[in-house]
Amino acid sequence: MAMAKRFLNFTQGWTFTAGSNPHSNLGSNTMIQKHRILVCKMLIWVAALSPGAWLVAGLFLNWLGANPVETLTHITGMTTLVLLLVTLSVTPLRRITGWNVAIRLRRPLGLFAFFYALIHFNIWFVFDQVFNWRWMVEDIIERPYITVGFSAFVTLIPLALTSTKGWMRRLGIRWTKIHRGIYLATTLGVIHYYWLVKADVRLPLLLAFCLSVLLIYRIPGWLEKRRRTIARSHGSDVS
Amino acid sequence: MIIRSKKASDISSSEITPPEIYLGRRRFIRDAGLGLATLALSGTTSTNEVAGQSQEIPPRFRNLKSELGEDLNSYRDITTYNNFYEFGTDKRDPSRNSSEFEPQPWTVSIEGHVNKPGNYELDDILAPVTMEDRIYRLRCVEAWSMVIPWHGFPLADLIKRVEPTSNAKFVRFETVHRPEQMPYQKTGVLPWPYVEGLRIDEAMHPLTTLVTGVYGTELPNQNGAPLRLIVPWKYGFKGIKSIVKIEFVEEMPTNTWKMANSFEYGFYSNVNPEVSHPRWSQARERRLPSLFKSHETLMFNGYGEEVSQLYAGMDLHRWK
Ligand code: HEM
Repeated sequence: MAMAKRFLNFTQGWTFTAGSNPHSNLGSNTMIQKHRILVCKMLIWVAALSPGAWLVAGLFLNWLGANPVETLTHITGMTTLVLLLVTLSVTPLRRITGWNVAIRLRRPLGLFAFFYALIHFNIWFVFDQVFNWRWMVEDIIERPYITVGFSAFVTLIPLALTSTKGWMRRLGIRWTKIHRGIYLATTLGVIHYYWLVKADVRLPLLLAFCLSVLLIYRIPGWLEKRRRTIARSHGSDVS
Repeated sequence: MIIRSKKASDISSSEITPPEIYLGRRRFIRDAGLGLATLALSGTTSTNEVAGQSQEIPPRFRNLKSELGEDLNSYRDITTYNNFYEFGTDKRDPSRNSSEFEPQPWTVSIEGHVNKPGNYELDDILAPVTMEDRIYRLRCVEAWSMVIPWHGFPLADLIKRVEPTSNAKFVRFETVHRPEQMPYQKTGVLPWPYVEGLRIDEAMHPLTTLVTGVYGTELPNQNGAPLRLIVPWKYGFKGIKSIVKIEFVEEMPTNTWKMANSFEYGFYSNVNPEVSHPRWSQARERRLPSLFKSHETLMFNGYGEEVSQLYAGMDLHRWK
């Protein structure tokens, strides 16, 4: 129940938009907050779209090198992974700074991550597998780094599909549970990267380190929540 | 001079390729400014600009094709898309990070089971040999490939001169170790210096080439200046670059990639579409500059007629 309440709390924060705020007691401070979040969202759009724009321009202006598909794959894969990690940083950012409305940055970040994963996957399907389903299945089965990358991608699909306010409301508490899939997807993404690198594993290890920090940061919260749930169920047993 | 012979893998030039076939085959105009297309159009010597260096490409490369009618890759692609981990792991790193490298003067130490060991000046190695253009397919283990007009001479010519003894069963090559000029040698990305090896009969094979140039011009640093190996029926990483040591040994040497990851890389590393690498299917390749990985990979990279007898009776699934 406590969780449901908390969830409702933040959906409220999530759903209100400028001008439609029913809580008139929130003063000008909220206006600044809203303003700030808008600026952040704009920055996210610009930052998240720029790798894509750079690639599209490069395709036409021919600066992606002798093997453009390799560049496309690498940049889209890297952008996906970085965006997933940034998405996972939103909660720690809120906790540390107390800037709670930052939650509203989470959905655009997550969706941009999925957007790049989708392109990344399609580049592989179109240019590497040349639309051939048999080759595609073979690659997924035989190459562990593809198996893992593909699993990461598949894990992200339901999250992207249920990212709307409508689905959030419909799924209620289950929404939060489903969206924990991002931990799995990002972990698989890091493993995918680590496995595909031929020799220089320094960057994959750095990203693995970032992921570990983001996950470890959450452990006390998870433990606390579990402790409370257990305590509560004990309490109801007694009564 | 361009070598011509009747064998399948030797090149044939445009003179025997009807123009309607080679015209219009160029898939990408994007190379027009720098690559072969320019040569085809202008018909005269063209200038290639790569990383500030200007290269005059002799007109004989106009409209050249491999024997399968394949276009040559552009000078620019050949010299800006390289795996040369001493200069970095990104394909563009070698062309960007190798300008400090000094390929002159150069000596090669020839050691081991030979009658004439010693430190050989590169100029002395090159003095008596006949240089040739050799158009070979280069198949990388990463499943991309190019067609490249190398300039060099048969390794066998050098081997005969130094007179190996009967104990020389294998040849072991070493790349120069100069961390101050090769920035990634300061990292532990691979065990340095880079080592490669061939069985003596592979080394003596007429297709095996010591390369000093590309497109008839001096080999750029990023391609392994001043002296590198090309073994066209093996994956590209066997073509060790910037060679300073050639040693004749009795035991099979351990090559660098096998040392780094023996599960994925073997000693022989013959191009073989039937034996897939754990990371890449080897059945197909991306023939650059094509975007699609749809070019069928040929056994021994298409040089089976010449080299398959070297491996008669060997289980090539086992001897990777
Ligand atoms: C959430 C999902 C995924 C993430 C986070 C991800 C991430 C990455 C990253 C970081 C790279 C390396 C980029 C670089 O080297 O700079 C990469 C490369 C690659 N990914 Fe993914 N990826 C994902 C899903 C997939 C899927 C579904 C496929 C195909 C089925 C795939 C196929 C590839 C391939 C073929 C490469 C290049 C491998 C090579 O260079 O040899 N990835 N990916």
